[in-house]
This record gives sequence, structure tokens and C-alpha cells, in this order.
Amino acid sequence: VGFGLIMCASVKYSSRGPALIPRMKTKHRIYYITLFSVVLLGLIATGMFQFWPHSIESSPEWTLDRRSVHDAPLVKLPVSSPIPERGDLSCRMHTCFDVYRCGYNPKNRIKVYIYPLQRFVDEVGVPISSTGLSREYNDLLSAISDSDFYTDDVTRACLFVPSIDVLNQNSLRIRETAQALAMLPRWDKGMNHLLFNMLPGGPPDYNTALDVPRDRALLAGGGFSTWTYRQGYDVSIPVYSPLSAEVDLPEKQPGPRRYFILSSQTAIHREYRTELERLKEENGEALLLLDKCSNLSQGMASARKRCYKGQVYDYPQILQESSFCVVLRGARLGQATLSDVLQAGCVPVIMADSYILPFSEVLDWKRASVVIPEEKLPEMYTILKSIPHRQVEEMQRQARWFWEAYFRSMKAIGLTTLQIINDRIYPYAARTYEEWNNPPVVKWSSVSNPLFLPLIPPRSPGFTAVVLTYDRVESLFRVITEISKVPSLAKLLVVWNNQNKSPPEESLWPKIAVPLRVVRTKENKLSNRFFPFDEIETEAVLAIDDDIIMLTSDELQFGYEVWREFPDRLVGYPGRLHLWDHEMGKWKYESEWTNEVSMVLTGAAFYHKYFNYLYTYKMPGDIKNWVDAHMNCEDIAMNFLVANITGKAPIKVTPRKKFKCPECTAIDGLSLDQTHMVERSECINKFASVFGTMPLKVVEHRADPVLYKDDFPEKLKSFPNIGSL
Amino acid sequence: MQARKKYVLLGLCTCCWLLLFYWGGLQERLLALLTRRRGEVVRPWPDWLDRALLPGYAENAELQNGGGPGESPRQRRQAWASIYKNSHCRMDTCFDFGRCRGRDGFRVYVYPPEKGDRVSESYRKILASVAESRYYTSDPREACLFVLGIDTLDRDQLSTQFVPNVDERIRGYPLWNDGRNHVIFNLYSGTWPNYTEDLGFNVGQAILAKASLNTEHFRPGFDVSIPLFSKDHPQKGGERGWLLRNTVPPRRKYLLMFKGKRYLTGIGSDTRNALHHIHNGKDIVSLTTCKHGKDWEKHKDARCDHDNQDLWELCRFCLQQSSDLHAADANNGVCLFPVSFWHVPQAACIPVLLSNGWELPFSDVIQWNQAVIEGDERLLLQVPSTVRAVGVDRVLALRQRTQMLWEAYFSSVDKIVLTTLEIIKDRVYAHISRNKFMWNALPGGLVVLPEYSTHLAHYPFYYLNLGISPGQEFTAVIHAVSPLVSQSQPIMKLLQVVSKSKYCSQIIILWNSEKPPPHRSKWPPMPVPLVVTDGRRKTSSRFLPHVTIETEAVLSLDEDTVLLTSEVNFAFHVWQSFPERIVGYPPRSHFWDPVKKIWGYTSKWTNEYSIVLTGAAFYHRYYHYLFSHYLPPSLRALVDRTSNCEDILMNFLVSSVTHLPPIKVAQRKQYKDMPGPQSTNMAPWATPEHFNQRQDCVNTFASWFGYMPLVHSQLRLDPVLFKDHVSVLRKKYKDLERA
Repeated sequence: VGFGLIMCASVKYSSRGPALIPRMKTKHRIYYITLFSVVLLGLIATGMFQFWPHSIESSPEWTLDRRSVHDAPLVKLPVSSPIPERGDLSCRMHTCFDVYRCGYNPKNRIKVYIYPLQRFVDEVGVPISSTGLSREYNDLLSAISDSDFYTDDVTRACLFVPSIDVLNQNSLRIRETAQALAMLPRWDKGMNHLLFNMLPGGPPDYNTALDVPRDRALLAGGGFSTWTYRQGYDVSIPVYSPLSAEVDLPEKQPGPRRYFILSSQTAIHREYRTELERLKEENGEALLLLDKCSNLSQGMASARKRCYKGQVYDYPQILQESSFCVVLRGARLGQATLSDVLQAGCVPVIMADSYILPFSEVLDWKRASVVIPEEKLPEMYTILKSIPHRQVEEMQRQARWFWEAYFRSMKAIGLTTLQIINDRIYPYAARTYEEWNNPPVVKWSSVSNPLFLPLIPPRSPGFTAVVLTYDRVESLFRVITEISKVPSLAKLLVVWNNQNKSPPEESLWPKIAVPLRVVRTKENKLSNRFFPFDEIETEAVLAIDDDIIMLTSDELQFGYEVWREFPDRLVGYPGRLHLWDHEMGKWKYESEWTNEVSMVLTGAAFYHKYFNYLYTYKMPGDIKNWVDAHMNCEDIAMNFLVANITGKAPIKVTPRKKFKCPECTAIDGLSLDQTHMVERSECINKFASVFGTMPLKVVEHRADPVLYKDDFPEKLKSFPNIGSL
Repeated sequence: MQARKKYVLLGLCTCCWLLLFYWGGLQERLLALLTRRRGEVVRPWPDWLDRALLPGYAENAELQNGGGPGESPRQRRQAWASIYKNSHCRMDTCFDFGRCRGRDGFRVYVYPPEKGDRVSESYRKILASVAESRYYTSDPREACLFVLGIDTLDRDQLSTQFVPNVDERIRGYPLWNDGRNHVIFNLYSGTWPNYTEDLGFNVGQAILAKASLNTEHFRPGFDVSIPLFSKDHPQKGGERGWLLRNTVPPRRKYLLMFKGKRYLTGIGSDTRNALHHIHNGKDIVSLTTCKHGKDWEKHKDARCDHDNQDLWELCRFCLQQSSDLHAADANNGVCLFPVSFWHVPQAACIPVLLSNGWELPFSDVIQWNQAVIEGDERLLLQVPSTVRAVGVDRVLALRQRTQMLWEAYFSSVDKIVLTTLEIIKDRVYAHISRNKFMWNALPGGLVVLPEYSTHLAHYPFYYLNLGISPGQEFTAVIHAVSPLVSQSQPIMKLLQVVSKSKYCSQIIILWNSEKPPPHRSKWPPMPVPLVVTDGRRKTSSRFLPHVTIETEAVLSLDEDTVLLTSEVNFAFHVWQSFPERIVGYPPRSHFWDPVKKIWGYTSKWTNEYSIVLTGAAFYHRYYHYLFSHYLPPSLRALVDRTSNCEDILMNFLVSSVTHLPPIKVAQRKQYKDMPGPQSTNMAPWATPEHFNQRQDCVNTFASWFGYMPLVHSQLRLDPVLFKDHVSVLRKKYKDLERA
């Protein structure tokens, strides 16, 4: 930089020079021009220096992004260089994998290191592989290096991925490749090394695992058989089909297709083809048996065409026209056809005995495919016909989803493999079955209830009543006295939400038989009523406003009994409904006397304490703040939350009572007016947009005691005092 | 002059321009350097200049060819069968599928006991479970699977229950066939301290159902890993888990506990000594005893603790080490501690498994990582920080999941044996088998019969998991026993009422009368299709899975049921909210009679109920299938013989599946409870004999289930405005309130 400046200064000086001289001779002129040119050249040289510094200071980092594969350093393998042992079939994670390298980390994520690219040649200079780095393997390594798994720090790495491409064994020189692996600086008997191979074995017997000796290295292989696959150690991966990148097949709606069964493979053994032809004879048009086109010119086109009796079909497009597509084993177990078939949303009928299906450790193939023993090929048609239509449609959807998520690209294949290994190393943070297998549509609409076990909790622990109050002491004391008569009350918790005023002295509180605790809050927030206080020691919580004095002891006790039968639901007294306003095109809140219920007010409701956790810590979006800011709708928010996570409607208990306008209690002293109700309608619309759906469920029932209003002596009823106004 | 000025100006401009350009270029370069530094972490694998020129890993033709057609499949299969034997056995090579092709498919034969053979209590229970299962056959010719009569459970040579000369004996069996299609149950093999996998005889091609199988010897997809159980493990039913409440946060005194024998020498001794180091005396405790075997005192050291208190229930996590799975001490006949793994799930603490190298029980089908915390034995010292990091929601889920697994697969010998058989059956009929979801979701794989359907949406249990709702229509099945003589018979009225419901898609009349069914024209014209089928005068036929039932919901009716259309509609709405339960009208109850020590049955009006009669009830059609295929023929025969109790049995069945009570809905009249004084001849269901029969039924059923599955409920579901002080015009179900 400094150099350039001085140069410029001198230019300025010298260029100013001639201006001072009034008259100039020709030879001076030449002199100036020469000087100018020299300066210019100097400048250009500086520029060169700045723009292409690598030609001067040789910095390898700088060039990383713009290099050719052929620039990778050449490594010569001595003939005598060691060969690793053949893969050890008894290897398991706890014997052949060094878990200490992965260690405990808060993110529960393994770190993967990729060796820099080298070109290995033998002593004569012949490369170990006929293709070198393939496009697919390059894509795979790029994907890993772009992912969260990657680390460039070899000392922190838990898993090592060599840059030696062994995807296709056919292009490899076995012995030399093995020597090259052993030469890797961190090889250490293959410990924690991961090799990706899609086409193992070679003619004539086609082994089902990579033949390259590889010590203890993990193998992500396409086409494992049950005898070569080391369960819980190796990863079974698909054989990638480059067609998926070439051809764009849009997703087709599941449903019946033109053909029932389609066979598109070109190299099917004679015995099987005879069987398939027999099936075709028996069932006619439902089957389509395609083969190579014999009269087409060779090359790219033949890979994209299939023929049947002179009729030419486009491949893989034709796959979309069939419900089921046959994937038979050839000499190899893993077939690239599987990927094409899944892409087309055709249900694969896999007939390859002993084949370990891709990613079978985590994917539930029974939901996306039909696996039939090769022996039962003649029964294929009958077996497939027995599958219900709805299931076939779901399998079609599932097949397409598997392709999109796990087969689509080398990136998908590579990252899925790493995630599977990650799940093994941190099993307590592993992805669930649902996460792996449910397509987004199902994930979106399904629920996984956190309280899924059917339990009717024992009566004895009772419930904790949580009363939210501000300063209506008189009313509060009446509520406390009333609630204390309920037999199953275990504890009473008063949440004192008034920061300006202290709660009354202890002596002034009503004397009750159960413990009474007062919690003072720091801010006057509505969400305080749903805080998971440590003082709540029971599962059941009764949220109650400080002016709900009209509920009888029988009604409250019955509410608790109902909650015990539905511990995963909100069980409350006043019920409300949401309605779709067709005129306005939005949701409306309804507090009139209706035949349906979709919410219960939390001015008096039983629920599980776990929902307090969810409300306080897991409420989606800004709902919690919104509620606190508006001092309204905390009950609607709770109804949304519970319905969304359980997929169930609340339970309204006991007949309608004259509640003194429960909505009004949301804000102290505010009388029922139109604006308040409008706000609650707004709440529903706001929450529905945050949840992205309307989770509330509408039901037409409420719970009453078995003998309610029955012609039966009142004194023999468990809950006689119910429904009095 | 002009020219010179021009030159000078031009020079100046060039200079400035270059200056700017060079400066700019420099900045650009600096920027590039900086960003690249940052970018380097993200993208270290180079973006090769000639990326586009890289060759594909294989030619398209090569990929589509799939390696060519290969050798003859027939020859290959033959070759496999001779290569992959014994320790390389797989279902494809060591199992004769042809044997399972019989009319009844999967049948299991048990070798008869031989004279002089002593069979241990545990093995006797296993054999009894097989013999009582619906797969049992006494004819070896139609069997698909064989179970030995010789007790192979304990293969510890030091054990008193060790049976010698097994090798010679089994080779003498004409059906042995080198173990093909045989299952061998085993709990203990080898002996302390090394517990090898050796059974002391050659299992050949037999499937090994073994507790604590080592992954090294486990033949994947062939052997079955079963849980270890003691001889006191119940034959049937079994206790529910000990998790009764989902307290949040889980209130337990201890966070993590290990309790068990501390082997001073031999297998597992290192880890157990290391356990001492994570013991902190506060929330992580390790209680060990050294009492084991005969010569423990020789190795005794200062930390030999003798605490015998049962503390499992106090802890949130319980550390389990692999050799516990293996080495519960049955040799002395006394378990010093209940160390076997299966006490843990029942105790509702989450097992932390350090199980390097052990195949977990039923690992074929159970997803253990959703129920336990698996750790690596080598990382024992990390276990405390791992379990501390487990969040509230996960603890909640794990605890429920372990309990669910316990109740579904482990709580009785029956369940363990049946699960083993079902796993093998799923392999034999792979295309009609349960998927992983069915095995791992409630209510568990044993009550999900894939022959009914392999489609999840066809079951009543998975609607919420799949994000779908039950169908909008129902099929009414009317059980007709009396001949049709007049048009004013109750059945005529019933047909009218039910067919008027807009949710009714068809009506099936199950003709169970002595007389042949009347001509089609005798039935009234109806807006929905009417099907009359012959019930062959069997009471159990009302729950046959008739193919004509196409809707998920079934409304089961007696011919004399009196209902209103609005009652039907309301109950159907309720059923849609509870599709896995029975939703009906007239309730009944059971109770424990402490004096007679039997179960009692009552039809009196009470404040709670546990049964709703299926004379008028909605339920899912899958229960028809379960009733006819899951329950043993003996119970159905009892129902047919007495023409009674079919409704009680249905309630038993549904409650045993759901663990929940049925649901009673509002009803206008008291159904059949008060026969009018004008009825002269008592209806058969009102006689005392009938009632006594029902009481006997309750006890018979309870003994078959091994426990009392019925659950009480105290509530009734009414329409929202039922009998409220609101104008009737507002009420949708006003008919229900008329007296």
C-alpha cells in the first residue's frame, strides 16, 4: 500500500513538473512520456501485486475455492505399505468405536472431520481408482462440510470421513485403496472412520459389502445382506439414482393408477421374468412388464426409455402410472430402481431376500413398501390385492416422503447417515420414530399427547386450589371458606397479584383444615395464575377466581372426580364456544347458551399441573405477552394450548349455573360490555393465527353424575347437591 | 501547450483513477479475505473449479442394470441353505415356511412331557401359556412351530434344574430336523463368573428365545431376546405398573440409584466398582451387596453394604447394568435382591441402561430409546450429568413409555410368551405384520391383529396420532331372536328410529331366531340398505366381524331396545370423541365381594358403573374382530351355551385393551330396567338364573384375563343443555328430556 502511495505522489510531482515549464522541446517531451510510462508500468505492477498476490506470496488458503481436483497433492503408495485387516464382523459400537472421542457435549452432536483431497497413485503412478473423485462423493462431502456436524479441527473430531471415493467398488483397485486408507494420518485401525459405498462387490459373485479391507471402519453401504451387515454398527444406505437430479417428477396425488403392478427393471433373471410373465397372463392389463428397448440407439436415451412389445415408454415417468412397482434383486441386492420408484410415489414391492433396507434402523418400511420373499413371487398379485385402498394411498404418500427426505440427493443420504450415527452415540437425544417416519402433513395434523398413558390417578392426593386475587379480600375469604368444604382439597394457594398492597394478616384469614399458602407476585400479570409453583404438589390443579362462590362442594368434588377420569383434559364449569363468522370471515367468541362447547373458562377449572409448565415455558409465539398486556384471554390461551397438544376437547361438568359474568373477572371491576367480548373474539383469531390452525374441538356433551336428575332417592346419590342455581 | 496540458490532465486523471481503483481493489481484497476467513469454517470442502466435469460414480446403464440378473435364484436359495446354518441362521435359510402354509397358518405344537422329567415352575408356565394360546395345536403335522417339552430354561451346570443329556434326547426326536422350526426358551446359560452363551447342547437351526443375549451371538431377525423373569412372575394378567400419577416435576427422593450385587470378581465387576464413584450420598445412591455365590466373603471389602430396603420407588432414574440382565441369582432359588431388570419399569423409575453388548428384550420390535436412557458403560461417569440434563417433558414421556411397555409385554409370562410367538409370526407372514408403530404405541402389539388390517386408520386407537377423525357414519347391527309376527313388534319401531338417523349408513339384522328369516317384503321400506344375515343361533355371532360392516362405528342393538333418533345421534357424536371405548346407555357394575371372595355383578342403580350393555351401544368394528379372534374359543363357547354374558365379555375385552371404563350417555327412558306390570311372562333376562349366570361369567372372565380389567366411572355424558332452565327451543336434544 505504502509503495503505491509513494508512486502516486511521485507521479503527481513529476506530472506537475511539466506544467511549470512554459515551453517544451521534443526531446523533453520524449523524456516525460518515458517517465510517465515507467510510472504507469509501476502502477500496473502494483495492481498486479494486489490482485494476484498468490503468485508472489504462495498462500494455499487463498486458493482453496478456486482449484481443480487435479491440483490435489499426489501421494505415492509404496508397494510394501501396510494393508488393513478385512472388516471385523463382530464389530459393534462398544467394541470397535472409540466413544471417548465424541465425549459429552451440550448440543449432543457428533463432530465430523473430512480429510483433505489427495490423489493416491501406486509406485508406477497408476491411480488407485479409475474415476477418482466422483461428482456424487464430492456432493456428499460438500454437504457434510456445510452441515453442523463438520469440524475442521482434527483433534476434536469424533468421526473421520476419508476423501477417498469408494462409492463404486468397480472403479477401485482393492489392494491399493486399502493401502491408501491405512496411510491416512488418523487411521488408527480404522477407528471412528466412516466409508460410504453404494455399489459393493464385483462379478461374478457380488459380495454384499465393500471388499476393500478396512479394519474397524464403519461402513455406510448400499446393498448389505443380513450376513454382512453389522447391526447397530454399519448403516444401510440407498443406491443413489442420478436420474432424480436429471428428471423432475412432480408429486402425484395418491390414488388409483392406470396399472396395478409395474416392473421396469432391465436385468431380471430369466426364472423371475417367466414368473412375472405368467402373472401378466393371468391378470392382464393390471400388470405392465417393461424391458430394455432393443431397437433404440445406445447411450443416454436408452437409460430413459423402456419398452413393451415395441411400445416405448418414458422412464422414470411411467412409474407414476402404477400403484405398485417391482424392485427385484439382481446380482446386487441394492438397486437404484428403488430410488426411482419412491420418487414416482409408487409403492415398491421389494423382493430381495436377506436385503437390509436402506436406513432400516430408523425408517419403518412396512409403511412405505411391501416386502415379499422371493419364493412368493407367484403370489405377489394376491398379496398386493389384499391391501386396503386407503393403505395403498398412504403408502404412496409415505414412499414419496421417504424419497424427498432421505433419498433425494447425496446430501440427504449423507446427513441421514450421520444423524443415525449421532442417535447411537447420544441415544437420549435421539430422534423419535414419529420424527423419522411421519411426513410433514401428518406431523402437522397429528398430536402426541404428553399424558398419553391411560391412568385414572388415585383420589387420595387430592387437588390444589389456586386462587388468583387482587384486592377483593371479602369475596376471596368467602371463596376460601366454600372451597375448604370440598373433601379432596389438599392445599389452597392464593396468588396475591397486588404489589401495592400486602395481603391481610395471617390471623384474619379463614381457618381451614388444609394448608393455605399465599404467594406474592412481582408483577400484576394474568399469567401468574398458571405459574407452576413449587407449592403445588398435586397433579390436579383447580384454578378458581376470587369471586366464584356459587359452586357447591358437591359440584367441585364431582369436578375433581371427572378430572381423574380425564386427567389430560381441562375440566371446567362454564363452557364457551367458538364459531366461524361467515360474513366477517373470521372466528367469533360465543358466550350464549349453546348446544356445543369448545372451551371451558379457567375461572373454575381442573387441569393437570403439567399444563402450567407448558403455559409458562412452551406457549407458542407471543401469546403469553399478549395476554399479559391485554389483561384478558388467559383462559382462551389455556384452552388453545391444551387442545393443541392433546387433540381433545375440554369437559364441561354439571348443569349451567348463573355465573356472575365470569368474563368480567378477567379484569378487576370491569363490567361486561361489548368491547370486552369483541376483544375475546380477537383473541381467538389472534391465537388461531399463532398456532397456525384452529386446535379447539367442538363437542355436544357435558359430564353429569350417573344418577343426575334420575328418579332415585337424593340421599343415596353421591353428588346430590348439583345444579342448584 | 494545449497538448501538454492535455497530457498532464490525462496523466492526473489516470493516476487518480488508478489510485481509486487500486485502493478499491485492495479493500475488496481485504473484505474477501475477512469474509473468507469466516466462511472457511462453513465451507472447507473446496468448491472445485471443475466440479461440473467430475465423473458420475456409476454409469446410468450400470445402475439400472443392478449388477445384471445374477445367478439362478433357485440355485442360490439352495446354496444358501447349506452355507448359512447354525450360527449364521436366518429365517430365509433355517426356517421352513412351507410348514406354515396350512389352513390355519401359524400353529404351535408342544412336545408332550416325558416320564421322569422335572419341569421347573417357570418352564411350566411357559408351556401353559403356549398351550392356552390361540396358536396351540396338538397335532404336530399341522404345526409351524415346535416347543420342546424338555426344560431348557436353566443351563447352568451347577443348577439343580439342569437337565443333562439334552443333545442325545433331542436328536432322537423324529420331528427335530436339526432344530428347524423349533423355539428354545432359555433364561440362564453358562455359570458364574463368566456366564458364557453355551447352552450345553447344539441348538442347530432352532430359534433361540433367550434372556440376556449377547449381540455377538445374536442371530438378527432369527433369535428373539426375551426378558429375564423369576419363577414368581404371574402366569396371566400381572400387576399394572407402579406409576399411578404423572407428578410434575417428578417428586422423588433420589435422582439416580443403583441397587444390586457388586460382583467382586468376574463379569461386570469393574463397572460396579466404578459405580462407587458416582455415588454422592445425596441424590445419587449406589446400594450394593457383595453376597453372591459361595465364596464372596473371601473377596469382601469395606464397601459391602447390606441395605435391603426397597427404594426403587423413591428414585427418578435407576441405573441398570448389563450383567443384571444376565445374572439374577436363581441358582440358590432365592433372589437376594430384586435385581432383575423387569422390576424397574414396574417401579416407574426410568431405567438407565449400561448395556454394552446385550440385546435388549424384544429389541426386534420395541424402540428402547423412547423408553429408557441408554448409556455407554465406558462413559459411566457421564451418567449423572446426562440424567440431570433430561427435561421435565422427557422424564414424563419416558416414565409413561416404560410403564406402557411393561403392561403390554412384560407383566406376565403369558405376555412374554405371546410376544415371542407374535414376533416370529410377524416374520413368517411379513406382508401381514405389525409395523413398528403398532408395536410401540398404545395399546401394544398383542391386541393389534394384523390379519384384521395392516392399515393404521382401521384401528380405533390411532386417530389422534395420525391426525384424522373417525368416520361420519355407523352401521346398526340388530340382534333378532323372536320371529316376525306383527308389524307392531318393537323391532319395527327400532328400524324406523335408527334408519332416520342421518349418520346411519346401513342396518344389518342378525337373524338368530328358530324360524327362518321373513321375506324381504315384510320389512318396512327404509332410506338405508337393510341386510339380513343368519346368526346360526349363536349369541356370540352378534360380534362376528361381518364383512358387510364397512363403517368404523357399529351400533349394536337388541330387537326390543327402545330408542329415539336423537338419542342415537347424540350417542354417535359422543362415540366420535371416544372411538376406542364402548358408548352406550344402560349401565351395570361389578364389585368385589369380600365375604365370598368373588366378584359380584349388579344391575341396581348405583353411583358408578363399569359396564354398559351392548343391547344398545356404539363401539368400533375392530372389537368385533378382537372378540372373534383374540378371545379363546372356550369363552365364546360359554357365551353360546348360556346365551348370556356376551355383553359382559365385550366390556371385559374393551376395558382390558383401553384400561378405561365405558361411557354412559343420557337416555330418556330407563332401558329394560323396569318391566311394566302388564308383562305377564318374565323376559328371560330378568330371571334369577340369568342373573346368577352373569355373576359366574364375571368371575370366569376375570380368571381368564388374570385380573379384573373393568374400571369404574362416575359420570354420564349428557347434552350440554340437558335439563337446564333454558327454553326448549334452544335445545338440540330436547326429546331426551321428555319423560
